[in-house]
Amino acid sequence: MWPNKDRREQKQLHPSNQSERRKVEKGATHGAIARNQRLKSYFGHHRLVAKESLLRLLAAPFSSLMTWLVIAIALTLPVGLYVFLQNAQQLSQEWDDAAQVSVYLEQKINEKQGRKLAQHIESWNAVQQVRYISPDDALEEFKEFSGFGDALQYLNENPLPAVVVVSPRTNGVDLESTQALLTRLQKLPDVEQAQLDLQWVDRLFRIMALGQRMALTLGLLLGVAVLLVVGNTVRLAIESRRAEIVVVKLVGATDAFVRRPFLYTGIWYGLGGGLLAWLLVNVVIYWLSGSVAELVAAYDGDFGLSGLGFLATLSLWIFSALLGLLGAWLAVGRHLSKIEPR
Amino acid sequence: MINFEQVTKRYEDGYEALSELSFHVAQGEMAFLTGHSGAGKSTLLKLIMLMERSTRGKVVVSGRDLDEIKRRKIPYYRRNIGLVFQDHQLLFDRSVYDNVALPLIISGAQPREIGRRVRAALDKVGLLSKEKLLPLALSGGEQQRVGIARAVVNKPALLLADEPTGNLDPELSAEIMRLFEQFNQVGVTVMIATHDLSLVARMRHRILTLQQGRLMSDGVV
Repeated sequence: MWPNKDRREQKQLHPSNQSERRKVEKGATHGAIARNQRLKSYFGHHRLVAKESLLRLLAAPFSSLMTWLVIAIALTLPVGLYVFLQNAQQLSQEWDDAAQVSVYLEQKINEKQGRKLAQHIESWNAVQQVRYISPDDALEEFKEFSGFGDALQYLNENPLPAVVVVSPRTNGVDLESTQALLTRLQKLPDVEQAQLDLQWVDRLFRIMALGQRMALTLGLLLGVAVLLVVGNTVRLAIESRRAEIVVVKLVGATDAFVRRPFLYTGIWYGLGGGLLAWLLVNVVIYWLSGSVAELVAAYDGDFGLSGLGFLATLSLWIFSALLGLLGAWLAVGRHLSKIEPR
Repeated sequence: MINFEQVTKRYEDGYEALSELSFHVAQGEMAFLTGHSGAGKSTLLKLIMLMERSTRGKVVVSGRDLDEIKRRKIPYYRRNIGLVFQDHQLLFDRSVYDNVALPLIISGAQPREIGRRVRAALDKVGLLSKEKLLPLALSGGEQQRVGIARAVVNKPALLLADEPTGNLDPELSAEIMRLFEQFNQVGVTVMIATHDLSLVARMRHRILTLQQGRLMSDGVV
């Protein structure tokens, strides 16, 4: 906790750094030098305490690893769910590109009228592309894909209406504007029915919104769990160094000085847990990617699992370190003030 | 240096450790504090260290009324007092050097200053050659000398000791006491609580004797 002999001692005798030397030569006021020195020793102490509290954790690798693993598992669950949802969203975006509205025209409409209507629809801003399918073409298609081709021979006339297939002009996922287009198409005269083929995309999105909320809830709950784990571990660390705390308080240590090593301990616990969680998530992704590739190949798809991006990884680490700091802070606030020299 | 005016300390359980105690120790003086256990020696030292606060009366140390020192300022006040414990209270997981350097690191001294002053303090107690050892590798007398080096490394004007020879044989005790005398000779005010009356009697310094929280006698034997 309290630093070793400072090895920079020799260096400090002769200011190595150019600007430092210049400052001294210019003859900065005594007060400025003193303040500068105080700041330097303050940050120097932070650095040393950070190093020593890490070394202290590494000196008891087994128990530290246990704590790190508990934190990592607690973080892996929500982070894993987040990655899963990211992938699902990406996958559904590809499907959404294929979202089309089928407009079934009334039977009485002939081909010329139908094509004119299709041209009219194509002129709309919200529409990317339009394809007219005459009743005859529709019948051919039906024969080919449905497998009922033979049965159709018994029909006297073609029961199928003409269809205009409308591709909306949307950027990625935009169910609302697609829905608006659908309503507008439905209101057209001569239109029997307009149908959004990928209504299930909407349902999928609702499910994913639910999933996101679940990930958030899980994250909150497990975040509290991490706080408690770090808090309890730091509390034990404080207990085991009670005698030492009393001594340093008697030789004039401030509360901040006594607190510092424990706060760094919390940061290291959190950060270590975050790193392990990152590793766990990536191992799971690697493990699943094989089966996903096979599944996608079976559907003739083109999709690969993506992992945590750079920003998400960075946020995970920062967040976990902050969580550790907060947990330590709570424990320190509760337990350190009780240890006073008696 | 130390001024007690009608100081009473009553603990929460009703026990009165000090009763209307008044005395004065001048700057540069060396005084012993004796009395049976429970006479109030420890309480007196605790009041000076601000580990406890007086129930009534006024304690003034180096011209500062201790009642006016807020909790937050206590650490800075303590840095001006060197404290030697009966069981020396060294930290066993770090070297002799690091133990002695502790008060300097706490007060944020410059690294080169730390090295110089730690070695000066260790030199004074005759342990310069053992700076790299762990406290457990030292004898009891040597451990107490490390404790003294730690107490004086900040160059305090006041040095307090609570039974500093409690666990040492007479010869080592005398040696430790001579060390305190040396610090007193360079101007440090020294106050030592001890029940080793035979040792105290040979030293020819002022002796304050406490009994049941009151001053029984005061003067050179």
